[in-house]
Amino acid sequence: MPAYSIRRLIAAMALAAVAYSPAILRAQEAAPPEAAVEAPASQAAPSFERLVQQLGLGGFDDKIKAVETLTATGDARAVAALQAMMDGNLYTQEDKVYIAESGARDAKLKDAITGEAATITASGASRVTVNNRLRGILRGALGALTLFSPDPAQRASGAAALFRSRPAEMAEPLAAALAKETDPAAKREMEHSLAAIRLANPGDEAQRIAAAALLGNYADPETRALLTSLQSQEMSPALKATVASALAKVERSLAFWGVFNNIFQGVSLGSVLLLAAIGLAITFGVMGVINMAHGEMIMIGAYTTYMVQELFRAYLPGYTSWSMMFSVPAAFLVTGAIGVIIERGVIRFLYGRALETLLATWGISLILQQGVRTIFGPTNREVATPPWMSGAWEVVGGLTLTYNRMAIVIFSLVVLAMIALLMRYSSFGLHMRAVTQNRRMASSLGIRTGKVDALTFGLGSGIAGIAGVALSQISNVSPNLGQSFIIDSFMVVVFGGVGNLWGTLVGAFSLGLVNKFLEPYAGAVLGKIFVLIAIILFIQKRPRGLFALKGRSVEA
Amino acid sequence: MTTGPKPLFATMLLRSPKAALITVGLLVAAAILVPLLNQLLPASSPFHVPTYLVSLLGKYLCYALLALSVDLIWGYCGILSLGHGAFFSLGGYAMGMYLMRQIGPRGVYRDPILPDFMVFLNWKALPWYWHGFDMFWFAMIMVVLVPGILAFAFGWFAFRSRVTGVYLSIITQAMTFALLLAFFRNDMGFGGNNGMTDFKDLLGFNLQASSTRVALFSITAIALALAYLLCRWIIASRLGRVLIAIRDAESRVRFLGYRVEYYKLFVFILSAMLAGGAGALYVPQVGIINPSEFSPANSIEAVIWVAVGGRGSLHGAILGALLVNFGKSYFTTAFPDIWLYMLGTLFIVVTLFLPRGIVGALPAMPSMPKGWRSLKTPPEKAEEGRP
Repeated sequence: MPAYSIRRLIAAMALAAVAYSPAILRAQEAAPPEAAVEAPASQAAPSFERLVQQLGLGGFDDKIKAVETLTATGDARAVAALQAMMDGNLYTQEDKVYIAESGARDAKLKDAITGEAATITASGASRVTVNNRLRGILRGALGALTLFSPDPAQRASGAAALFRSRPAEMAEPLAAALAKETDPAAKREMEHSLAAIRLANPGDEAQRIAAAALLGNYADPETRALLTSLQSQEMSPALKATVASALAKVERSLAFWGVFNNIFQGVSLGSVLLLAAIGLAITFGVMGVINMAHGEMIMIGAYTTYMVQELFRAYLPGYTSWSMMFSVPAAFLVTGAIGVIIERGVIRFLYGRALETLLATWGISLILQQGVRTIFGPTNREVATPPWMSGAWEVVGGLTLTYNRMAIVIFSLVVLAMIALLMRYSSFGLHMRAVTQNRRMASSLGIRTGKVDALTFGLGSGIAGIAGVALSQISNVSPNLGQSFIIDSFMVVVFGGVGNLWGTLVGAFSLGLVNKFLEPYAGAVLGKIFVLIAIILFIQKRPRGLFALKGRSVEA
Repeated sequence: MTTGPKPLFATMLLRSPKAALITVGLLVAAAILVPLLNQLLPASSPFHVPTYLVSLLGKYLCYALLALSVDLIWGYCGILSLGHGAFFSLGGYAMGMYLMRQIGPRGVYRDPILPDFMVFLNWKALPWYWHGFDMFWFAMIMVVLVPGILAFAFGWFAFRSRVTGVYLSIITQAMTFALLLAFFRNDMGFGGNNGMTDFKDLLGFNLQASSTRVALFSITAIALALAYLLCRWIIASRLGRVLIAIRDAESRVRFLGYRVEYYKLFVFILSAMLAGGAGALYVPQVGIINPSEFSPANSIEAVIWVAVGGRGSLHGAILGALLVNFGKSYFTTAFPDIWLYMLGTLFIVVTLFLPRGIVGALPAMPSMPKGWRSLKTPPEKAEEGRP
């Protein structure tokens, strides 16, 4: 039943679409409304092929007739053929009609009805010519066909497309479609486009003013561009005032959402910095060791993600979207193990000599980087985004939140919470805090500081590996991945202070936010320079960071 | 742990007047011999030094001067700068600006005043900070003044608020990273990521001519020898003793009434100026200066030269810079894939097994463990806890 009523509607609207045109009389002769409206689906089907065939036959008048009749069937299959016709990609050969893939002379052809690949190319067929009048009719027909598609998303995108072209002749069918629309998203798009069409084209003054006022409710760059371009046009003072106030309103809400956008971008950057810096803060806080190979741990975590993904593709091709779940523990174990090896093999010999540790870990970072380059090659590796992380949530026109960034924000907070719980409630955490506060006293009380150091370094490296899993989603997986984050993570640790997770949290998010809020004014690079200079100045005021540990043990 | 400064002086200053003589002697000999071998001998002679090799050696000597400047603050004052490449590059840029102005109307765009990249960016007039660089004396002042001013501004803040240890290292790294980003920008007016190149001549001498290149080499060798003597003089003076005392026990020196921050500031500025001079000598010999010279990795490499040669030994720093760079030149052409492994291993091996570098390891081999402990683990560490 619904299919039948939609068909009726489409037919009616298609006719409305062409009602303005000079071809109206012929159209009615060719396709009496009753015939189209009453035609049951079963009978429309055979005629569809014939109608498509007719697109390529005869002169322009015959083609117009064919287009109108085809439109009146309301058959969505016609969209491809009509679109190709409008683009000049429709070809005909021996009463068969083909769609070309491109405008090239030797473009591949496929059958316009069945969609099968044709044996001939574009050079072997003749193009279906169109003129401007036919183009106008095609445009209306296409708009009408998508506006009444059974899929609400298609209706919405059809309406959105009309916003960009704004053909005056589409106002009527759009209004009709709007009256019938039930889906809120599609309805919003239709109202938007209808207002734009009415405002952009000359017409009834009151209607145009109402349209301008309505456009003021939309906050997206396209509406702003439309209103801005209209401001320079000649129009009545009343309309001009409405356009100006609508523009001001759009600007205001754009600025408003821009702030949220900046906040989201900043939080997103902050979460990345947080992930990268937590491990560094732990090792630095507990052991006083600056691990210059920390960035390489992130990089190895990202490569582990890639390896897990490849294993899933090879052995469990049906479950690839789950590979990300397994990457997290895998990356933690791999980098954690490497971390313990580094600590036992190199760093433990260098305690009390922080500057030497810095150099030794830099050497390790060079070796790890070159090792990965030898094994995987210098080129980027591609890590797929699982389906549940792809896509975006469009809050309003001016604000879009991508799911993978949101996932990383949540993930970073979960990781932080788990670390905080570990530090607070586990005996390992207790030992770690004891060593942080007073190494010698902790040792005197029987804590094996060497073991705590090794595990701490392993934990810090493991978290870096987890950060690598997250970063593989938003950054190129290459041997240089770690380098791009290491200085920023240092800055977070230096800014936030050592031995305090809150410091890292606050440091990471404030750096992320400040960076993103400076960007629109100063550009990405200059913004970053400002942040670096600000931190260099900040550390003069608070040499031990924002949340420095206090007490005798940390005083010089 | 309570070892006072006494054995330090015994080993470090009094031990090696011979070393000073040898170092200066070798440098002066190189400054005289290399030009002779290049200019007088025919190219077929086995002792002929080809011009490209002269420039390569000159480049190494510039690195050695940079290493000397790093050693002065790290080896003798305990300041580990991971941003000394910034001072080196600033000196290089000052020289590069002079050389750019010397090109004059011989550039691709034939503009008598504006360097090519400015014409390319459609700039109409020279930015204010480019004025004066057509005069050699002005450029030479800038070569030391700009790094000096940056070191003053940076050190003034850092040392006054007692930023020490790894914190200082990290913010010096941030400093050079910020400069790297800044110099990559086209609108900074320093040629963006292409930097400056295509230099024609220096004080009227053609930079491509072998005589100019040989002269530059000799000047570099003499400059290195002079800088070495200057550093030695400072280290041996009363000021030098305070610097070493600061390295070993900063708080104690402060409590004795010395203004630690002024001593540190002085030596930091001097070191930055030396690094700037090294950069200025470097640019005409390699023929290009671009922002990648600011990259933090370069600065850290300079530190490893010092560590390899021997921290706290001036001739050790020179030796380390020469050795590592010879190795780098050899291995990056012979085995390009393993060079980074070797460099990385060098970092680890030197910090673990040769804390006083080659120079420190050679004569003191038998009693090394005791010897280097008192030298390399200054009481400061135990006294101050974590950095």
